[in-house]
Amino acid sequence: MKILVCISKTPDTTSKISFSADGKEFNSDGITFIMNPYDEWYALVRALELKEKLGGTVSAIHIGDASGDIIVRKALAIGADNAIRVDGNPTSALYTATQIYDHAKDNSYDMIFLGKETIDYNGSEVGGMLAGMLDLPYFSYVSHLESDGTKSTITRDIEGGVEIAEVEGPIVISAAKGLAEQRIPNMMGIMQSKRKPLDIVTPISVEEKVEVITHILPPAKKGVTLIDPDNMDELVRRLHEEAKVI
Amino acid sequence: MSILIYIETVDNAINKGGLELATYGKKTAEIMGTECHALVIGTCSNIEKIQSFGLSKIHHCINDNLGYFDSLTYTQAITAAAQQCEAKTVIVRHSSIGKTLIGMLAAKMNAGSVSGVVSLPNIDGGFKVKKGVYSGKAIVEYMIKSDTKVLSMMGNTLQPEEVGGNTPIESISLDVSAPKSKVIEHKTVTGIVPLPEAELVVSAGRGMKGPENWGIIEDLAKVLGATTACSRPVADTGWRPHHEHVGQTGVAIRPNLYIAAGISGAIQHLAGVNNSKVIVVINKDPDAPFFKAADYGVVGDLFEVVPKLTEALKKFKAGI
Ligand SMILES: Cc1cc2nc3c(=O)[nH]c(=O)nc-3n(C[C@H](O)[C@H](O)[C@H](O)COP(=O)(O)OP(=O)(O)OC[C@H]3O[C@@H](n4cnc5c(N)ncnc54)[C@H](O)[C@@H]3O)c2cc1C
Ligand SMILES: Nc1ncnc2c1ncn2[C@@H]1O[C@H](COP(=O)(O)O)[C@@H](O)[C@H]1O
Repeated sequence: MKILVCISKTPDTTSKISFSADGKEFNSDGITFIMNPYDEWYALVRALELKEKLGGTVSAIHIGDASGDIIVRKALAIGADNAIRVDGNPTSALYTATQIYDHAKDNSYDMIFLGKETIDYNGSEVGGMLAGMLDLPYFSYVSHLESDGTKSTITRDIEGGVEIAEVEGPIVISAAKGLAEQRIPNMMGIMQSKRKPLDIVTPISVEEKVEVITHILPPAKKGVTLIDPDNMDELVRRLHEEAKVI
Repeated sequence: MSILIYIETVDNAINKGGLELATYGKKTAEIMGTECHALVIGTCSNIEKIQSFGLSKIHHCINDNLGYFDSLTYTQAITAAAQQCEAKTVIVRHSSIGKTLIGMLAAKMNAGSVSGVVSLPNIDGGFKVKKGVYSGKAIVEYMIKSDTKVLSMMGNTLQPEEVGGNTPIESISLDVSAPKSKVIEHKTVTGIVPLPEAELVVSAGRGMKGPENWGIIEDLAKVLGATTACSRPVADTGWRPHHEHVGQTGVAIRPNLYIAAGISGAIQHLAGVNNSKVIVVINKDPDAPFFKAADYGVVGDLFEVVPKLTEALKKFKAGI
């Protein structure tokens, strides 16, 4: 099994969000960045479990500048065998997918794992783009995956349930909760990660098709209206007359 | 230069999300000064429903290779349909199928794409659309610069609007290869609106003390016609099924009304629910963080408040 796991860097879930004065960019002052939880907890760990069962290698790839080396090393500490960092600025899903494609196209991976979305831009786009470029079947929001090396059985989360499919040959999947259990890197993993290979690659150029015009913060909530717990008729009245939702 | 919308069927029927997309497609076509075509794939028991949505044509494709969802064959089918009706803009729903397709369509059509759009495009100075980011904490406006475009529309972005008329339904033949994958099981809850599409949601958390107490939540949901949801620890401990878990790691929802009982309102929970139009929080702790994100709050014991609310709603529904 030759597996590639795509890892991205996102602000910690509890971060307070703000933007540059012109609204074009995210303000990263004082922000702690983490590995995108879907990539770390589910995609990477399921990839490692399959490797442990079937043999092979797990490579991690990250598109971004040197500030991402911390998360790349973390992926190695959790158990990836080697890593690739494409030294570019991941400004769009197209940019990111193109760089991953450029690496993957000649490496004949059996499986490529991504997270179901990055928790910052909530795109859910990179995986499909990559699969489209590679002309491979794509399964998104995967919560279970079994494989014997050629044939895979895949459970996708769908509205109000799941759909289970079988497929043979190479695939691209995006990972959702349930696919695996988070692994905490141990001391030995952290020590070994320093000696594992990390290739730094120059990005290829991409003609951007989408541009950020501005970021807008939603208007602050006007504050809560407290209702007397003994007067639920009043709540119902307000939901009907004021909020008009019932 | 028309627009093509792909209207999914769920259990062989078009649902409300499909009707929303029909309206979104028609309005986008108006804004762009063009016409909107719809593609429906496979058996569909209510295709006539979208004939009165102001679309210019409905293309219905029945093809053995499209008997179940396969990412590559569906991508092939939609791109082929776009070619046949000379559409440069393709719009899908931001559903589990739409999220699978949007990137693939963008790659195959060489298109600029934005997923999960929450507004109609603004074409003043370029083609601009908005989407929510940072789990609803901000909105980004994007401009798509390329000629070909792919969008996925977030559910509940607008309400379906019938405009009358009788759009013709034509069968379309699309050249697609045999699917590489095979669906062996499709399991969905029946009889309720799935959470991502629900307009009314009643949710409960650890304040419920145990799964045996959920009767009051189900009663409330039943009176409202709402779908039930829960916080993550509740699903993790097996009190409730996983598909009910909302939040950062669970389902993201955007109902008109979200009622939360016995949920503290942790930031990761809010990430999945703060796009709700109206939030009602019931919590015995006046300092629970959720009150900050709520429109209406009830400070009190949920075991007393929830049944009272159910009674009040029953009276309201009965017109008393
Ligand atoms: C990375 C990460 C991702 C996460 N993702 C999610 C997610 O997707 N969804 C999610 O929900 N959580 C998520 N969490 C967990 C989250 O941080 C909270 O721990 C969780 O939401 C708390 O659940 P709760 O509100 O049900 O329980 P608690 O925080 O224990 O709150 C229970 C509330 O019930 C109230 N209460 C108790 N008894 C009564 C009563 N009789 N009447 C009225 N009120 C009462 C209490 O005052 C309290 O406010 C995540 C955490 C992390 C770190
Ligand atoms: N900069 C990046 N480097 C590597 N992988 C990425 C990057 N950005 C996104 N991905 C992968 O694509 C997935 C989906 O991202 P998105 O489409 O942006 O929501 C993530 O969970 C990652 O697996």
